[in-house]
Amino acid sequence: MHATASNAGTGVDRAHEASRNAKDSRNDVLFGWVLKACALLVLAALLGAAGSTLWLGSDAFHTFGWGFPTSAAWDPSNDQYGALVPIMGTVGTALIALVVAVPISFGIALFLTEIAPQWLRGPVASAIELLAGIPSIIYGMWGLFVFAPFVAAHIKPWLMNHFSADPPDGQVSWLVQHVPFVAKFFSSEYPFFGAGVLTAGLVLAVMIIPFISSVMREVFQTVPTRLKESAYALGSSTWEVVWDIVVPYTRTAVIGGVFLGLGRALGETMAVAFVLGNTFKFSWSMLETGSSIASTIANQFGEAQGLQRSALMALAFLLFVVTFIVLLIARLMLRRMATKEGR
Amino acid sequence: MGAAQATDITGAGSSFVYPVLSKWAATYAETSGNKINYQSVGSGAGIAQIKEGTIDFGASDAPMSGEDLAKFGLGQFPSVVGGIVPVVNLQGVKAGELKLTGDVLAKIYMGQIAMWNDPAIAALNPGLKLTSTKITVVHRSDGSGTSFNFTNYLSKVSPEWASKVKFGTAVEWPAGVGGKGNEGVAQYVRQIPGSIGYVEYAYAKKNAIAFAQMQNAAGKWVQPTAETFGAAAATADWASAKDFNVIMTNASGEQAWPITATTWIIMYKKSKNPSHSKVAFDFFKNALEKGQPAAASLDYVALPDSLVKKIEAYWASDLGNK
Repeated sequence: MHATASNAGTGVDRAHEASRNAKDSRNDVLFGWVLKACALLVLAALLGAAGSTLWLGSDAFHTFGWGFPTSAAWDPSNDQYGALVPIMGTVGTALIALVVAVPISFGIALFLTEIAPQWLRGPVASAIELLAGIPSIIYGMWGLFVFAPFVAAHIKPWLMNHFSADPPDGQVSWLVQHVPFVAKFFSSEYPFFGAGVLTAGLVLAVMIIPFISSVMREVFQTVPTRLKESAYALGSSTWEVVWDIVVPYTRTAVIGGVFLGLGRALGETMAVAFVLGNTFKFSWSMLETGSSIASTIANQFGEAQGLQRSALMALAFLLFVVTFIVLLIARLMLRRMATKEGR
Repeated sequence: MGAAQATDITGAGSSFVYPVLSKWAATYAETSGNKINYQSVGSGAGIAQIKEGTIDFGASDAPMSGEDLAKFGLGQFPSVVGGIVPVVNLQGVKAGELKLTGDVLAKIYMGQIAMWNDPAIAALNPGLKLTSTKITVVHRSDGSGTSFNFTNYLSKVSPEWASKVKFGTAVEWPAGVGGKGNEGVAQYVRQIPGSIGYVEYAYAKKNAIAFAQMQNAAGKWVQPTAETFGAAAATADWASAKDFNVIMTNASGEQAWPITATTWIIMYKKSKNPSHSKVAFDFFKNALEKGQPAAASLDYVALPDSLVKKIEAYWASDLGNK
């Protein structure tokens, strides 16, 4: 009886366990589906947004065909639209922002994780996070009232004197006389006017520094102390530890942070609208005024009707395409870098 | 009507009238208890919303065409008058000193007159010392009623502008740089020596930027003031227009400021919501008849009495409201 009881007890336990297992695996499956749904929701939202802008912009695509992304016209009163200048402005400002912001963010992150004394880390880290929380319109106003005049007074004249074919001081520099194409990137019709592609790029850089540096700082902190200390023990300098241990260990996450910044720079609207000059003339120069996709939409959407509205929607769709292409190119470049390193 | 029966009505559209409309609405809410919710989302959006029937009145800086009004069963009338002034940043040139004609202004905006000492400008300003400074043209970068009226004026005075650039809330500007909003244009003009822009009169006055005087259609030199804006509103050709479809730039009056603008209020001829429309009419009746001081304090000009009478007659006959 005793045995039976114990047998029965085990039986009950087994049955209980089996039903628990079944329940667990059912829950696991359910949980898996929920997670999958969360992930797919992002994809669906993205496709939905892209699809609806394509649908609403189809009028413009039909009217202008392939001429739309390659034409520099933007003429609402004659209903002629082309996206070339906004596309160039979007890519140009984002690239300038990235070139400026990535090294600075890298420096900030390294300083905060490796070099800064403990008491300084907290305040600086919070200051950076605060920088990320400032609304873009504030950056736009700061850009318009403070930074653009500063560029006009100090940065632009210097750049034009050294690199342009029509410098304000009248003396064409040695560099411009001997190196072709340089002058192309630094000419400007308005030497005393601060707004332009470069200014917008620099304002964007300030805006994306907090994003990139916060991510970098977080991931630099994940590098095991043992790894770093081993390297120090072998006689490495701080720079060698950073470059050979910290950076390789965190590469993918760092790149993720850079992409986050790039995404913000490509889509930033209000700040750029204030400091880009908003013109639709094609130019290679980074000192000239231009326009970006997002700022054009923000500027003209409220008053746009008919084909103009459709052209703005088509621009929105092109922003998806441009972002996709830029991220794709970045990924391909990284993969090539990785194969070169034999990873 | 007691506060308990207060009706909230909604309107949307032009940002040009927003300051005065909200001031009128505040006074009106105090006296009648009815609230006016106005969203300043831009004229285009205002027209779109009144067509869809989601608001009680729309406001647009450009009049709707007769066809569109008929198609959607709408009527429109002007509300308040404001002036648009050319502003300049020229060393030693004070407000109202520089003289410009419409033709010269159009040539500057087309980039054909590129220097301040151009003979065409010098001939108009014998007393002013104009140096060989490059002219930087500043225009609005966003679609706006201010641009609509400014380019409309240039189209009226320059055949070349009318055929090449035309007019609209946004156009393909032949020259210059674009500032966002009145404040953007004002700021760019302050920053660039030798620049010229155009803003609503209130902005030029508030920011103390030098504006130019203009020659009007009657050939007289006029300064931008409440009187000259009012004169333009009084002498625009309202009589022959159906549904007040007149853009009052280049008005014929001796004293008329040439770039004067209004905002049209758009309402239903047969409202789906008569009680709301009644409140809206009452609001605008109050505003048009007694709103002058509020308008003047914000540098707008109320409509002349003759025009207000015309609008009220239009309400009674066309909009079916007594």
